[in-house]
Amino acid sequence: MSGPAATGETADIPSVESVEGTGVPVRGNDVDTDQIIPARFMKVVTFDGLGEFAFFDRRFTDDNEPKDHPFNEARFQDATVMVVNANFGCGSSREHAPQALVRWGIDAIVGESFAEIFAGNCLALGVPTVTADADTIAALQDWVDANPDGEIAVDVAGETVTYGDTAVEVSVEEAQRQALVEGIWDTTALMRSNRDAIAETARSLPYVDDRDAGSGRVDD
Amino acid sequence: MSERTLYDRVWDAHRVRTLPNGQDQLFVGLHLIHEVTSPQAFGMLRERDIEVARPDLTHATVDHIVPTDDRSRPYDSEAAEAMMAELESNVREAGIELDDPTTGDQGIVHVIGPEQGRTQPGMTVVCGDSHTSTHGAFGALAFGIGTSQIRDVLATQTVAMEKKAVRRIEVTGDLGEGVTAKDVVLSIIRRLGTDGGVGYVYEYAGDAIEALGMPGRMSVCNMSIEGGARAGYVNPDETTYEWLRATDAFADDPERFAELKPYWESIRSDPDAEYDDVVTIDGSAIEPMVTWGTTPGQSVGITEPIPAPADLPTDEQDVARRAQAHMGVEPGETMQGYDVDVAFLGSCTNARLPDLRAAAGVVAGHEVDESVRAMVVPGSQRVKAAAEAEGLDETFREAGFQWRGAGCSMCLGMNDDQLEGDEACASSSNRNFVGRQGSKDGRTVLMSPEMVAAAAVTGEVTDVRELPTVEVEAR
Ligand code: SF4
Repeated sequence: MSGPAATGETADIPSVESVEGTGVPVRGNDVDTDQIIPARFMKVVTFDGLGEFAFFDRRFTDDNEPKDHPFNEARFQDATVMVVNANFGCGSSREHAPQALVRWGIDAIVGESFAEIFAGNCLALGVPTVTADADTIAALQDWVDANPDGEIAVDVAGETVTYGDTAVEVSVEEAQRQALVEGIWDTTALMRSNRDAIAETARSLPYVDDRDAGSGRVDD
Repeated sequence: MSERTLYDRVWDAHRVRTLPNGQDQLFVGLHLIHEVTSPQAFGMLRERDIEVARPDLTHATVDHIVPTDDRSRPYDSEAAEAMMAELESNVREAGIELDDPTTGDQGIVHVIGPEQGRTQPGMTVVCGDSHTSTHGAFGALAFGIGTSQIRDVLATQTVAMEKKAVRRIEVTGDLGEGVTAKDVVLSIIRRLGTDGGVGYVYEYAGDAIEALGMPGRMSVCNMSIEGGARAGYVNPDETTYEWLRATDAFADDPERFAELKPYWESIRSDPDAEYDDVVTIDGSAIEPMVTWGTTPGQSVGITEPIPAPADLPTDEQDVARRAQAHMGVEPGETMQGYDVDVAFLGSCTNARLPDLRAAAGVVAGHEVDESVRAMVVPGSQRVKAAAEAEGLDETFREAGFQWRGAGCSMCLGMNDDQLEGDEACASSSNRNFVGRQGSKDGRTVLMSPEMVAAAAVTGEVTDVRELPTVEVEAR
C-alpha cells in the first residue's frame, strides 16, 4: 500500500478526516531522518523502493542480521498508525523520510512532538502527524504492544484517538487539520484544478508559445 | 504603474492565483531538470498517472554525476549509470529534450540555460537545484525548488510560493585590477552574512554590477543562495540583450528578439521603486577575496588578516573556532602562503569562457607547482569547445593542468573527482562546507578563477595581482 498520496488522478484531493488501522510503536526521542532513512539509500532514482529501507540501520546489523525493531516484527507488518515519542523526524529536510514510512505502510503518526519540516513533508503526502502528552503516548504504545491486532482510529477532524474502550484527546496543528479535512493538502492536485487559469496566464505571457501542451516539440 | 520592482512585475505577470494556503501559484516559463533531483518527481507522476504538462518548456541536462574523463557508457559507477539511464527514460517518455554528452550541448544546468538563450528576462525559471539563482542575472525570477515542487511543476507548469521582500544591493564605483564578480559576491556575503538574505530576494545594481558582463553577473547571482536569499537578479540592459542576440534563441530570429524586447524593457524596476532594504557597497574597496573557514561568509581580502573568533559576533565565535581548527589557519595572519594541494577551476559559479580565459591569462608562461593537482572542468561542452578554439586548453595543458569534460565535478564530489584526506583545494566553486568536495577532512578555499590559477602555479594561496600576467592571444 502506498497510502493516500496514491489516490487516482482527479482534481479532487481526498480529504483525510480520519485514519483507521492497527498500530506500531516506535519508541525513543529525537529519532532523526538519518535513522528513518540512512543517506546512502538516497542515491536512488525513485521513492518507490524506499519502504524496505525504513529504519534500516535500526533494523539490521552491518552483516544484514535483523535486530530488535518493531518494523521487523511479524505482528506489526500490517500496521498503518505509528506511535512515536518526542521530536520525531528531526535532522535533514529529506522528503525520503516520510516517503519511506508511507511506502512501508504508515498512513498516520501519533507522537509527543514532530520536527517541523518532517511534519510538513508528511502533510504533503496526506499523512497526519497528531500529538498528545507523554503519558497518553506511553499508554497508547503499551496498548499497541499488547494488542497488535487492535484497531486505532485517528480522528483528524475531531482531534481524538480511539483504541479499545479508550478515547483520548489529541492535537492536530490547525493549518494541517484544515488542509487534511478540507482536502487541500496536495498541491499538485490543488494546482491542477486551476488548469484553465494556468492556460490563461500562459497565454498572457509574450514569451510562451501559444500552443497545446504535450507535443514535446522544442522550439528554439 | 510605478514604484515597482522587477520582482513585483514578473511575479504578478506569472501569478495564476492565490491558493487556499496563502501561497501564490506561479506559472513557470522554464523548468530545467537534471539527473539527481528529478527522478523521484517523475516517479510520483507515474504513480498518479499524470503526464508532464509542458515538455516544451522543460529542458534536461546531466551534470552532477557525469564523469569528466571517460564518458563511455555504461559509466564506471553503477549508481551514476542508473541515474543517467533513469533520466533518459523519463525524458524520452515525456518528450523532453536532453543535452547528453553526445550532443555537444551538455553542461552544468546553470551554464547551458543562459548559453542557449533559454534563460530570458522576465521569465520564471525553476530547477531542483539551489543555484538556480544564477539565471537571475538575466532579469528572470529564478528559484531552486524541492522534489515535491518539481513534481508540481512537471504536472502543472506552476509552482506554489510565498512572496519575499526585496533588498537592493548597490555596488558602486569601479572594481580594481584583479578584482572580479566572485570577489564582489564574496564581499557581499561577508558583509550581510550567510543568513542575511533569509526572507529576501536580492536585486543587484550599481555601477560595478552594470559594468560586469553576463558571466560576471551570473557569478554574483549564483551565490545569492550562499547569502541566504531566495533568489537574486539584475535588471536587464544592453549587456543582457547583446548576450541574448548571439544565442540559439535569437541568432537566426531577430524578429522574435524585436517582439520580446518591449516586454523585457517593461519589467525593469522603476527608478523610484520601493525596496524593503537597501545596502550600498563600495566596489572600489574590494580586494581579491579568499575564504578562511568553512562557510562562504568566512572570507577576507587577500591582504587582510584572518579575524580572531573573539572579535566576531558572539553567535559566530564557535563556528569560527571550529572552522579555523579544521582549516588549520591562525587569526592575525593573512591567507597568503596557505599551502594548496589541489586547484579546481570549474562549477556553475566560475567555469564560463571568460573565467577560463582570465585564468589562462594568469597561467600562461607558468607551470603548475609540482605539489599541486590542478584541473579545469569547463561549465559546458560549448564552453570547452570555444576554449579549445582559442587554444586555452593548450595553455592549461602545457602548464600541467588536467583538461576535463564538462560537469559539476569536484564542486560537490558526486563523481570520481574528489579531494582525498585533508587535501586543501583552491576552488572557484561556491561552497566550502566540510566534506563538500568529497572528503570529510578536505579543506576548501573559495576564490576567483584568476586566484585559483595563481594558487596552482605557486602551490599556495597567492595574490594574483603580484603574479606576472601574460596576455593570451586568440588563435
Ligand atoms: S556546479 Fe556545483 S553548485 Fe553548480 S549545480 Fe553543480 S554541484 Fe551545484
